[in-house]
Amino acid sequence: MSTPSSGSSPARITSEVVAKVAKLSSLHLSDAELALMTSQLSGMLDHFADIDKLDLSNVEPLAQPFPLKNVFREDVVVAGLDRDEVLAAAPAAEDGRFRVPPSLGLGEQ
Amino acid sequence: MTKPFATVVDIAADIASGKTSAVEVLEQHLARITERESDIHAFNLVTTEQARATAQQVDADIKAGKPVGPLAGVPVALKDNMCTRGIETTCSSKILEGWKPPYDATVVTRLQQAGAVMVGKTNLDEFAMGSSTENSAFGPTKNPLDTSRVPGGSSGGSAAAVAAGFAAASLGSDTGGSIRQPASLCGLVGVKPTYGLVSRQGIVAFASSLDQVGPFTHTVADAALMMEVIGGHDPLDSTSLSQPMPSLTSVLGQGVKGMRIGRLADMPDGCEPEVLARMDAAYAALQAAGATIVDISLPSLSYCLTAYYLVAPAEASSNLARYDGVRYGLRVETGDLHSMYGATRAAGFGAEVKRRIMLGTYALSAGYFDAYYGKALKVRRLIANDFAAAYEKCDVILTPTSPTVAFPLGDKTSDPLTMYLCDIFTIPTNLAGHAAMSVPFGTGAYNMPVGVQVLAPALGEQTLFRVAAELERAS
Repeated sequence: MSTPSSGSSPARITSEVVAKVAKLSSLHLSDAELALMTSQLSGMLDHFADIDKLDLSNVEPLAQPFPLKNVFREDVVVAGLDRDEVLAAAPAAEDGRFRVPPSLGLGEQ
Repeated sequence: MTKPFATVVDIAADIASGKTSAVEVLEQHLARITERESDIHAFNLVTTEQARATAQQVDADIKAGKPVGPLAGVPVALKDNMCTRGIETTCSSKILEGWKPPYDATVVTRLQQAGAVMVGKTNLDEFAMGSSTENSAFGPTKNPLDTSRVPGGSSGGSAAAVAAGFAAASLGSDTGGSIRQPASLCGLVGVKPTYGLVSRQGIVAFASSLDQVGPFTHTVADAALMMEVIGGHDPLDSTSLSQPMPSLTSVLGQGVKGMRIGRLADMPDGCEPEVLARMDAAYAALQAAGATIVDISLPSLSYCLTAYYLVAPAEASSNLARYDGVRYGLRVETGDLHSMYGATRAAGFGAEVKRRIMLGTYALSAGYFDAYYGKALKVRRLIANDFAAAYEKCDVILTPTSPTVAFPLGDKTSDPLTMYLCDIFTIPTNLAGHAAMSVPFGTGAYNMPVGVQVLAPALGEQTLFRVAAELERAS
């Protein structure tokens, strides 16, 4: 895999990388969307290069405002969501389960 | 400043005392909705029948002498990213259109238990991504004070509903300013509580380490009452703080004598001169009330935009992976599972949501993680350190909420970055997880309202509300 440019190249992100990210995101993008996305993301990444001038070598990352701790509860049975109510909101359901199209043997496999 | 509509506090008192009824109050609000909603578009859904049934129940309970809650009969509106059982919850997205949640968000349950009457679900930027409510799949919301202008966003519908008198109060969610900025642009009080003070259970997740729920109201006292109802520990939210909800209604008269008010020595460029003039007036008012003004600096402030627009999309790209056409919402039928995912998400998400999913996925992807997401988290630490140093010298910090007053519809839609710049003052506090609110403080250009933002450290809500109440008295 290529590494990101250090800021000297004209485009920060290529349409090939954008197409790969679209695939990772499970988003079908049209050619026009891909071109627009490439130019918009490139513009944003140009702006976001402002933090490259900061010396962050001795800074600890902060992912959460406050330290997270695991939350336990007593191991007692409590009512869950009503299965029929949940399945009623699904695009397709069958025999008390979500129904999905086949994942093997068809299409782009 | 006189307020155009009855306050939450007055409505609750008048209904409880029998001076008016919940049904009568509700009908006044519904009449205003009938009159102006087609121009404003504050709502995705008006729940007229459920509201009438709830109001009748409140009146029956009062007549029977039963005890009622602190918001009994008060009409409230909810941002349409809050789950309401059996009532459509869309996030203003085609991907969730028609979805009826199987449970209520904790804040919804708490409002119901307090006797509030829900009048509807309000419009937002799709999945709360935006600063103008123009990114809604169902069309933009207009600012009730000038319908050629935006109400701000992403909770623009919740702000407009209160500003237009459709509801006495509303709830929004604030990930990078989505309560405070629309409150400022619509002349309302808006609160972004300390992260973890209000439950996120049942709020459709955007960026989980930043999202918080809070109220929109006409007055600081109304906001205090709303906070006391919705705040406090919730075992269903793993990030909910264990501290009890502090009393806010009891501190509003305590004033600011002896308090140290932080003023940014390094104010970023781009503020309208009228906004800066209102800031000077706000410092002067607090000084006159006995506070001291202290110059402070937040050296990392200008880098927060970058940190936020990497962290929030990264978290969003993960949270929004659940919209895959399997369990709820839209499905575009194709031959196989994987192409169904891609086609459903392509058809269901709007342009801004796609942009942020892409940006977030990119920032998290192999080879780019350290350069983008990793760096952004380190900048997040820098701003938290900046705040910690500043709060050694002061009790609260005052800034503008928004660099400008409400801008015209369409003004910032062509370039996503110009829209992002609206959030420069509101973003830092979300990154730090602190408390903040916007208080209306006069008007600026085009006679549109200006909001002053008050920032306080984590769990500094009592100090926050004392300063806000003082600003309200002076405005």
